[in-house]
Amino acid sequence: MSEASTANDLKTPLLDVERIRQDFPILHQEVNGKPLIYLDNAATSQKPIQVIEALDKYYQQNNANIHRGVHTLSERATADYEQARGKVRNFINASSEKEIIFVRGATEGINLIAQSYGRTNLKAGDEIIISEMEHHSNIVPWQMLCEQTGAILKIIPINDDGELMVEEFEKILSPKTKIVSVVHISNALGTINPVQHIIDRAHEHNAIVIIDGAQATPHTAVDVQALDCDFYVFSGHKLFGPTGIGALYGKTALLEAMPPWQGGGDMIKMVSFEKTMYADLPYKFEAGTPHIAGVIGLGAAIDYVNSVGLDAIAAYEQELLEYATEKALEVKGLRLIGTAEQKASILSFVIDSVHPHDIGTILDHEGIAIRTGHHCAMPVMTHFNVPATARASFAFYNTFTEVDVLIQALEKARKVFS
Amino acid sequence: MFDLQDLYQEVIIDHNRSPRNFGKLDDATQVAEGYNPLCGDKLNLYLKTEDDVITDVSFDGSGCAISVASASLMTDSVKGKTIEQAEQLFQDFHNLIMEEENPGEEQMQSLGKLAALAGVKQYPARVKCATLCWHTLRSAMQGDAAPAMTE
Ligand SMILES: Cc1ncc(COP(=O)(O)O)c(C=O)c1O
Repeated sequence: MSEASTANDLKTPLLDVERIRQDFPILHQEVNGKPLIYLDNAATSQKPIQVIEALDKYYQQNNANIHRGVHTLSERATADYEQARGKVRNFINASSEKEIIFVRGATEGINLIAQSYGRTNLKAGDEIIISEMEHHSNIVPWQMLCEQTGAILKIIPINDDGELMVEEFEKILSPKTKIVSVVHISNALGTINPVQHIIDRAHEHNAIVIIDGAQATPHTAVDVQALDCDFYVFSGHKLFGPTGIGALYGKTALLEAMPPWQGGGDMIKMVSFEKTMYADLPYKFEAGTPHIAGVIGLGAAIDYVNSVGLDAIAAYEQELLEYATEKALEVKGLRLIGTAEQKASILSFVIDSVHPHDIGTILDHEGIAIRTGHHCAMPVMTHFNVPATARASFAFYNTFTEVDVLIQALEKARKVFS
Repeated sequence: MFDLQDLYQEVIIDHNRSPRNFGKLDDATQVAEGYNPLCGDKLNLYLKTEDDVITDVSFDGSGCAISVASASLMTDSVKGKTIEQAEQLFQDFHNLIMEEENPGEEQMQSLGKLAALAGVKQYPARVKCATLCWHTLRSAMQGDAAPAMTE
C-alpha cells in the first residue's frame, strides 16, 4: 500500500478496514483494467459475504412459504423471517415487533403511508409539509395524495449550503399541517437534518411526522422512540442487505387505526364473501408472499452492521469525508454542492469545464464507480442551478487511498477538457 | 478495454469547447425542444427551411461534451441539406453508433466529421447523449409541439 494508506492517515484507527474489505467479495475485481473503487454507496451498497451466505442458506436449506405450513421447512423459514423482524426492531429501537412492516423499500413505505394513513385522514385544504431536498420518492406520493384528497403540499426551502431553513419551516407550520415528511440524510447533498427539532415542532401542531431514513440507517444509529417520529422508512439495499426489501416503522396506535393498503393472502384472519376480518399487526400490511429471502438477508445485514458498530462506522466515515472534502477542494474549478455543517459521507460536486457525465465516464475508465445525474432530487438541482452533479458516496469499506485515486482521476478529467 | 481517446477525440473536445452554430436563430421557421430525462440535458433547436432545404440551423442548451459536440457537428453537417437528406443522415448516424457492424465506406463518406462520434458505440449509457440533438432536429423538421425525448 502507498504512503497515504488508510492506517497511516487515520488519526484514530477505528476500523480494521482491510479486514472488513475481505468480507465484500465484489470489491476484489478489476474494472477496465483497474482495481474497482466503488463510490456509489448512496445508490446501493455492496453486500458482505455474511448476507450472501444467509440468502444462500435460505434457498439451499430452508426455502418454504411462511405462516402457513406445519412442515419443518415452513417452520424454519417462518422462524428466520420473524427473527429478522426482531433484528429490525432492535436496530431502530421500536417498542414492539408489531410496529415493523416489511415493504420493498423506502419508496413503498412512503406510498403505503400516503395511501393508507393519508387517504383516510386528510381532506381538502389540509397541508402536507416536505422539503426542497427530498428524493422523488418523498415528493411524488404526496403529490398523488394531494390530487386524490385536495390537500396542499408545502415546501421547506433549503439554503445555499444545502441545509433546511428551519425558520421557514416554523412559518409554514400551522393548524392545517397534518403531515410532515422529511429526509433524515439527503442523498443528493449529504445533509444531516435536525429531525428531532422538526418532529418536536410538528407534534406541537399535532401533525404526524414521517422520516425517510434511506440514507441514514447505513451511517448513523437510529432510535425511533427517542426521536418520537410517527413513521420511519428505510431500504435494505442501502444498508448492505438485498434489494427489494425494506422496513416501515409506525407507532402501534397509528398502524392499528389505518386500513390495509393491499389485500390478499396473509393479511386476513378470515375471509367470506360477506365479511373479511383483517389480520393483526404487522400482518395486516403484509399481503401476499413476502420477500422471505430478502427479509432474512436484511436481518443478516443488520447483524453485520452491528458487529462493525455504527458509532465506529460514523466516526470513520466522517474522517473519510473530511479528507475527501479537503482534497476535492484542491481540484481547480471544483464546486461542492452541499456544504452543510452536519454532513454524512456524501460528496456531491460539479467541475467548471467538465460535465458530470463526462466525469462519470472518465472515472469509470479508472475503475471508479460514482453516480452522475440528478440523483432523483431534481428540485435540488434546480436550487443550485445545475443540470446534474457528480457524487462520490463512501461506505466504511472505502479507504483513504481510494480517495487519492479519485482525486487523481478528477485531475485527469480536467486535463482531458483543458 | 477501450481507449478514452476513442470517445473523447480531438474533434469532440474542440466542438465541445467552441460549439458551432450555437445560439438562437432569430428568423427560425421551426423551433423544437429536446430533453433527456436521464441526465437532464436540455437542447433547443432552431431551424430555418426554404422549400424543404435547411438554409440555417442552430442550437443552445446545456449538456455533456458528447451531447454538445454532437449537436455542433450535426448542425454543421445538415446545413444546406434537404430534409430528406438530413433524415438519411440521421439513419446513417444511428447505424454508426448503434449497430454492431461498422457502416460501409459510402456511408462513412457521407457521415464525414460525424464519424468522430463512432466511439460512443462502446458506451451504451452515452448513446442517448449523442442522439438527443437528432431527435430534436427530427421534431423540428416535423413541426412537433411536444419536446423530443430520448426515453
Ligand atoms: C433519501 C432517499 N429516500 C428514498 C430513496 C428510495 O429508496 P428505494 O429506491 O430503495 O425505495 C432513496 C434511494 O435512492 C434515497 O436516497
